[in-house]
Amino acid sequence: MTAEPLAVQEVTYRYPGGDWQLGPASFRVAGGEILGIIGPNGSGKSTLLKAAARVLTPGSGKVLLSGRDAALLSQREVARQVGYLPQAVQPQFDYQVWDVVALGRYPHLKGAGFLTLADVAVVERCLVQTETGAYSSRFLRHLSGGERQRVLLASVLAQEPRVLLLDEPTSAMDLHHQVRLFGLLSDLAGKGLGAAIATHDLNLASLFSDRILLLSQGRVAHEGRPEEILREDILRATYGEGLEVRPHPVSGRPLVFPSFPGAGAR
Amino acid sequence: MLTRRRYGLIVGGYALLAAAVCLVAPFFGSERLSLSEVWTGLTLGRTTVDADIFLLQRLPRVVLAFLVGGALAATGGALQVVLRNALAEPFILGIAGSGALGAVVAISIPGLYLSAGPFSTVQVLSLAGCLASMAVIYRLATGPMGLSMNSVLLAGVTINVLCGAAVLLVRYLVNPQLLVIMDRWMMGGLDVVGFGETAALLPLLLPGLALLFRQAGALNHLAFGEEMAAGRGVDVSRVQKEVFIGAGLSTAAAVSLAGPIGFVGLILPHAVRRLSGVDYRLVLPASFLSGGSFLVLCDLLARTVVAPTEMPVGIVTAMIGGPVFFHILLKGRR
Repeated sequence: MTAEPLAVQEVTYRYPGGDWQLGPASFRVAGGEILGIIGPNGSGKSTLLKAAARVLTPGSGKVLLSGRDAALLSQREVARQVGYLPQAVQPQFDYQVWDVVALGRYPHLKGAGFLTLADVAVVERCLVQTETGAYSSRFLRHLSGGERQRVLLASVLAQEPRVLLLDEPTSAMDLHHQVRLFGLLSDLAGKGLGAAIATHDLNLASLFSDRILLLSQGRVAHEGRPEEILREDILRATYGEGLEVRPHPVSGRPLVFPSFPGAGAR
Repeated sequence: MLTRRRYGLIVGGYALLAAAVCLVAPFFGSERLSLSEVWTGLTLGRTTVDADIFLLQRLPRVVLAFLVGGALAATGGALQVVLRNALAEPFILGIAGSGALGAVVAISIPGLYLSAGPFSTVQVLSLAGCLASMAVIYRLATGPMGLSMNSVLLAGVTINVLCGAAVLLVRYLVNPQLLVIMDRWMMGGLDVVGFGETAALLPLLLPGLALLFRQAGALNHLAFGEEMAAGRGVDVSRVQKEVFIGAGLSTAAAVSLAGPIGFVGLILPHAVRRLSGVDYRLVLPASFLSGGSFLVLCDLLARTVVAPTEMPVGIVTAMIGGPVFFHILLKGRR
């Protein structure tokens, strides 16, 4: 039996000079599964993803990638297993879309780092998957926020990872692009790719996640199916008052609405 | 997409240009050399004045200019990425200031100025100053998360300011006659005889450049930020460390012999990125080749425009490079 792509076990992390600490926190992502990671600002979503991607070295605990301890793997080996997309990516120079996606092949390249025909085929496939092929010759600065985010996702897919770790991937997008991106992730999950997505959008997390991890003050407060986690009592205990939960009219999944007395009365 | 063929064409183009500049430049100067006289002297073993000037004066100077210009431009290009600062240049590491302090100390303290063959204590103390500033910055900028590039930048600027003040103090105290020598050093110069001095730099310059060029591919990823680079499999901390040490060694080698020649390390990488694209596997070699060619050309102008005397090459680099870069900027906007 193939080991699950990602298992984070009792991981902790403390930023130098700070009091705040992540964890101990644990979670797993199975192949073909989408895990939504939610929680208020400062709850540790980004730090947890960074620790899982070995972008930060955890203070204690383990990250297992396909059953192997990530601490014993090189950064390139980790990147062949995990595709990590940080929250805010600001390229210093203006790269062409095709080249950005091709940069994702880095963990697989050898020698002088030129692409082989097989690498080119992977890049082309990722451009098609993310529907970015139409503007592959354009420069990043000419793209909208949503288009740019899809290009960066294509670049991460070009790493051919077993699991994606995406930090607020839809924060710069309008509703249409948000839904399209989550739809794409859903399709990829259908093909066996695992994904952990940190997001503030509770409704997208509810609609597209198989499981939800709710973080609070650096710890995993709750974990379970969206219906088990997105409940008014649980969310109010974490986010505070001012929200209501109603079922989606089609899927029945819980949707979260802002609410306070008198809202909409004027 | 950067294929082997495209890489070969572009880098080959820069290399051809560099070769042409380096072959032609030695024939021009305060006296124009005759190709046939030089050829006769070099191939038939007959002593000719032109061949001697070519071999002992002009060629060593061109080689030094090429290596210094190339090292400064490649270093500037790499630092602009790891420091994520378009204004980064080799001297931002505090090396100009500390090298200058070493040089003015050697010039000003009676009995400290010694020379043996092509070497002098000016170079040795300047080099010592450069390496000392590297060590101080490395110590100051190393924290629990590795080398902080932000701290490197701040420590480098601070060292430059401190050394600048110390240089002013020395200048205030010394015999005014020595100020001219100090000023000439500060303006940068490539006046060497023979290959001895240049060869003495190679043990620092070559490992320095090798460390920089090794990281060319990784620099493409660092241009997307440290987190993205780490996520793509780059060992960010090691890359930053190697670039810092490589940049420090290359710059120390260049400054100790040629003085702080400005502009090349700042502007050439920008020009190369605009002309040949932003892929750092191209940018570093192209910056090295074009930076070298540029400094050879500037030095050629420095020693011909006001012949039989010479201008400090640092003045020429800024006066030629500034307008050329404005042109490239305007061309890029259209």
